[in-house]
Amino acid sequence: MRIVIIDDTGLRATVLEEGLREAGYDDIHVVPPRGAFVARLERMAPDVVLMDLGDPSRDTLEEMLVVSRALARPIAMFVDRSDDTMIGAAIDAGVSAYVVDGLRKERVKPIIDLAIRRFNAFARMQAALDEATTALADRKTIDKAKSILMTSRNLSEPDAYALLRSTAMNQNRRIVDVAEALITAAGLLGGGA
Amino acid sequence: MTPLAIAFLPLTDSAVLVSAREKGFAAERDIDLTLVRTTSWATVRDRLVFGQVQAAHMLAPLAIAVTLGLSQHPAAIAAPFKLNINGNMLVMAGGFAAALDPDVIRRTADPVGSAHDFAAAIGLYHRKPIIGVVHRFSSHALMLRYWLGYAGIDADRDVTLRVLPPSLMAEALRTGEIDGFIAGEPYGSIAIGEGLAEAVALGPCIWQRGVEKVLAMRRDWMEANADVVDRLLQALTAAAAWCDDPANREELAELLARDEYVGQPASALLPALSGRLTLSADQSTVDVPDALLFHREAAGFPWRSQALWIYSQLVRWRMITASPDNERQAAEVFRSDIYRRALVDMGEPMPGASLKLEGAVTQPMPVGAYRGALTLGPDRFFDGAVFDPADVAGYLRTYRIGTDHI
Repeated sequence: MRIVIIDDTGLRATVLEEGLREAGYDDIHVVPPRGAFVARLERMAPDVVLMDLGDPSRDTLEEMLVVSRALARPIAMFVDRSDDTMIGAAIDAGVSAYVVDGLRKERVKPIIDLAIRRFNAFARMQAALDEATTALADRKTIDKAKSILMTSRNLSEPDAYALLRSTAMNQNRRIVDVAEALITAAGLLGGGA
Repeated sequence: MTPLAIAFLPLTDSAVLVSAREKGFAAERDIDLTLVRTTSWATVRDRLVFGQVQAAHMLAPLAIAVTLGLSQHPAAIAAPFKLNINGNMLVMAGGFAAALDPDVIRRTADPVGSAHDFAAAIGLYHRKPIIGVVHRFSSHALMLRYWLGYAGIDADRDVTLRVLPPSLMAEALRTGEIDGFIAGEPYGSIAIGEGLAEAVALGPCIWQRGVEKVLAMRRDWMEANADVVDRLLQALTAAAAWCDDPANREELAELLARDEYVGQPASALLPALSGRLTLSADQSTVDVPDALLFHREAAGFPWRSQALWIYSQLVRWRMITASPDNERQAAEVFRSDIYRRALVDMGEPMPGASLKLEGAVTQPMPVGAYRGALTLGPDRFFDGAVFDPADVAGYLRTYRIGTDHI
């Protein structure tokens, strides 16, 4: 069974592709939704197409499914139109699935189930990555503010941090916001940042 | 407060929804409104059909197509409110516009001449022109087909229509994937502003009061939540009045410009809102007072005759076969009865009828209304045709292209 994943973030497509291979599917292709991707897709004649629900190329793909001669077969979205739970789960996870021929439900359901799990896993990974990136940036900002305080007020590092923290608490702001304000102010005053 | 989620696309005509939330019109009526931004119409449709949102900013023809089973999962959709009238522009890359009247103001003012010029030029291009449309079942696609058809161009045979979401049009033009596009604002203005294209036709010059986006909901949900629907329609009516007021234009443009809404500069949003459109890179501008209507002339009222006009076009372009059943289902998508029920106490002028001859008003015309005076603006089609909703078949017989099968 030929499965095409339409995706341009390499990572998500890889996560999904690996899962499908582990589950025993081996005819898997990843097509980025750019340029003449519709023509490529047509040549591949997939049985199932998976893509990110938020992908703007969905409209283009659906139009192709309507007018394409090569794929002019009945199509079903989310496998079984009456399976509301699965459709809800797929939409929540951000998967949209097109079954481009009349494949039986039993054959396609595991693919969609797996795609949902993988998309969810990817979303969690992405969130964790974003969080880590933000935390790192925050720490750099705070370090910079600390060093300004250490130089200009002649404070030790723990005291500089304590001053930032108490200021933040008094003003009901986040430490990183206070640190940012301090860096900006120091920059304006020509202080050593 | 009642939580309510509405899916929308980043377009100038999401204004009524955005202001309903941001200016507190929804909260005043005890609705906690969440707006879910999406990129493609397919996603808006799925979120609505599968109940992930309760309502959607939707292309009027798409609401009808979903109801008729033409677009993926069939579902009975109801449109009790129109979010706007007009707002579209057809633009083309310089090389493709070159065969038309070089005076861009004259060209857009004369859709009859431009249609003939474009038809004559098709043979001169080295290939079929590729024109971007936002969806197969969009008012834009139907309007383009209508305009091309006038000059004997069959959109399915003589040009290539390529479907792309509105926000990707300018980029597709830049990379040469398309030669022009018809889309809702601000995307025409953006392409013109970047020097990628110039205006070829303006929505209101093709149909002066063209149906554009509707507020769509599932019929079963609408029937089960009458009270919420009424409050929502009242909130949207107040928001629409706010959007139409020139005094609020700058503020509205700033609101829409925010990343979570349209995410484009206010300067790109203002042309449609102010009715002062820039048509080409040489700064030719033109006043189009009816570039985009939100509230005046009872703009929100869903005339069933307009649903039937859309149905007539679906038949004309072979997207559905004519049948009394399909015709009835299409007309029932536009719920003027719900509009009346929800807004009867707001003092809104209320049309006395739910059907009218489309394209018959040539001068501002006072019409029968209860509660307040109602004047309808001119609603002419550029070819002067009049659509009688009581005789769809008769109307279709007057068109040569695309009706050879009926």
